[in-house]
Amino acid sequence: MKTFPRGGIHPPSNKLSSGEAILPLSLPASVVVPLSQHIGAPAVAEVAKGDRVVVGQLIGKAGGFVSASVHSPVSGTVTAVEPLANGSGIKTPSVVIAVEGDEWLPSIDRSPELVPECRLEGPEILSLIADAGIVGMGGATFPTQVKLSPPPGKKAEILIINGVECEPYLTSDHRVMLEHPSQVLVGVGLIARALGVEKIFIGIENNKPDAIELLRKVASEMVRVLPSIEIVPLKVRYPQGGEKQLITAITGRYVPSMGLPIDIGCVVQNVGTALAVYEAVQKRKPLIERVVTVTGKGLGQPSNFLARIGTPVSALIEAAGGLPSDAQKVIGGGPMMGRAMSNLDAPVTKGTSGILVLGASEAARCAETACIKCGKCVTVCPMALEPYLLSRLVQKQRWDEAEAGAIFDCIECGSCAFTCPARVPLLDWIRLGKTEVNKIIRSRLSC
Amino acid sequence: MGDVLIALAPALAVSTWVFGAQVLAITVVAVGACVAFEWLIQRYLIKGPATIGNLSAVVTGVLLAFNLPSSIPLWLVILGAFVAIAIGKMTFGGLGKNPFNPALVGRVFLLIAYPVQMTSFPSVDGSSGATPLALAKGVIKGGGSVSDVMSQVNFGDLFFGNHGGSFGEVAALALILGGLYLLARKVITWHIPLAVLGTMALFSAVLWFVAPDSYLSPAFHLLTGGAILGAFFMATDYSTSPMSRSGGLIFGVGIGLITIVIRIWGAYPEGMSFAILIMNSLVPLINRIKPKRA
Repeated sequence: MKTFPRGGIHPPSNKLSSGEAILPLSLPASVVVPLSQHIGAPAVAEVAKGDRVVVGQLIGKAGGFVSASVHSPVSGTVTAVEPLANGSGIKTPSVVIAVEGDEWLPSIDRSPELVPECRLEGPEILSLIADAGIVGMGGATFPTQVKLSPPPGKKAEILIINGVECEPYLTSDHRVMLEHPSQVLVGVGLIARALGVEKIFIGIENNKPDAIELLRKVASEMVRVLPSIEIVPLKVRYPQGGEKQLITAITGRYVPSMGLPIDIGCVVQNVGTALAVYEAVQKRKPLIERVVTVTGKGLGQPSNFLARIGTPVSALIEAAGGLPSDAQKVIGGGPMMGRAMSNLDAPVTKGTSGILVLGASEAARCAETACIKCGKCVTVCPMALEPYLLSRLVQKQRWDEAEAGAIFDCIECGSCAFTCPARVPLLDWIRLGKTEVNKIIRSRLSC
Repeated sequence: MGDVLIALAPALAVSTWVFGAQVLAITVVAVGACVAFEWLIQRYLIKGPATIGNLSAVVTGVLLAFNLPSSIPLWLVILGAFVAIAIGKMTFGGLGKNPFNPALVGRVFLLIAYPVQMTSFPSVDGSSGATPLALAKGVIKGGGSVSDVMSQVNFGDLFFGNHGGSFGEVAALALILGGLYLLARKVITWHIPLAVLGTMALFSAVLWFVAPDSYLSPAFHLLTGGAILGAFFMATDYSTSPMSRSGGLIFGVGIGLITIVIRIWGAYPEGMSFAILIMNSLVPLINRIKPKRA
């Protein structure tokens, strides 16, 4: 069975909510919709305080080429357009809407019927994707239409759909594949057409045999309307869902240092993104809601919710049984790559794949002891870096040596810190150093 | 560290059975002295939080004891522990920062400074006190042939520990069991032990094929001296071995080569300690070999 060739770890999977069907979450009293939920320029507000909006209406227009539009996830009245704290505590311009009823744009097809056929050409599909404000739903939130528009001189040959979900605890992609297999596959077909590629793979780790089997079955049933799609089972190993690891696992190709997948003819999209593309193109529904796993060992009912963008995280935790008394930390995303949230009033955004509540024992940071040079961090690094060395170089602010050690190639998977017997916070140091080294590289390029 | 102590337990039991209770006394004194020196230095010179809880001083003590003859006076054991911990380890800042294996620093200091006490091995079962390697070196240097050596050595005794030597190195079978335990617990990987023992076997096999009368067989080399103790327990020390697995292979091959060179052409009958220390000094260089990036 295929997997990536170097490094990796086996963290406990803790997929508490994998058997929980996706539940639509009830509408909150008000939503906070940040205008910057993606990588790139923030969207520009199209509404002002006092405006009436309906579900699906454009409220923020893409602010540049690398940007994404933002749509109203609810119907109601705009009560404010102002900077508000996001999950990391950073204030970003946001639109606050008081919810009144649930009135949708009439152009959106809300019927549950599958629309498998599509007569649109690639460019039309791309513009529908852009209009719907779709971004990478695996958490990277890169605007999808940009990723699907290779720069001049580069040609996409292979489309890889990421159904790996290697992060412990998270189950949203798994549930999407189980509950919307046809929609996902139609979406995959649309992405392939937009890119003009014929080789399509869907990578799924073999701890999700139900999803592998179901997608294979549906793909064979829909062979008349779909291009041929190969479902590739992958041996369980973290961080297989990393873009570069997944590409190498499936194709054997390597993304060059500082390069992009398109440099070797590959484009990777998440299964959640494929579903969003289906809805945008076939149902004309912009990205206004997403599946969010709300989980944690102390939670009464770990769940997968279909939540409107802008719903406060606290409402999701409440719906999953409420914050347990020993809760110590709430993570946006999974335990390996997610970030601690500073603010539970912060909204669900396009990139929120999960909310993880950790108890005191899980969240505790063990005391750091001396590095004994065991080399385990070097062995597990999937990017063939030397985490112990990079963290030391960063501590000593030796930025040029950190750059020579390819610190910018770190994918921040956290395997090094996970495996370290001395509990050195290797990834914290490396993240710090990456920021600094990237600053230096940028200033060098600009002069 | 606890796993290393568990892995060393069978060899300690065999040595106690072969050489008597003195083995336990030396081990207890070595461990006690190592822990005490580390505690004192950390408390009064470095003035940092206590570090003896990580058990590394205990491991150093046991390994130092294993590298001593059972007839050694106890004051020498304490001196060796001082050199191992104070000079070999704490001078550099303690665990993880020492470039040389502390136990071997202690042992080699004693070997050079007190050669008589360090090479007088008590007799076992009435046989001469010399180690098989010393015996072989004497016979071959004196113009004898390998068959003269082999007539005085029984492979079963080598395997089960019934022969002269530093008390912790003699029990080949018990040490191999301990090494397998470390491999199974993933405390060590196979790279360094296999590279050390494989290189020793290959190098000695070539010479043995060419001139079986003048050179000892690979099996003899692997079962005598500190080959197995060194390969599994000393060369694999995290702090003093390379970071990467491929680096570990280079490191192990170097140790194997140097050991055989010293055993055959050097002044000492055994070269494992020197080989490990020499390769320890090359670890920073080996660590400069970057992992292969696609």
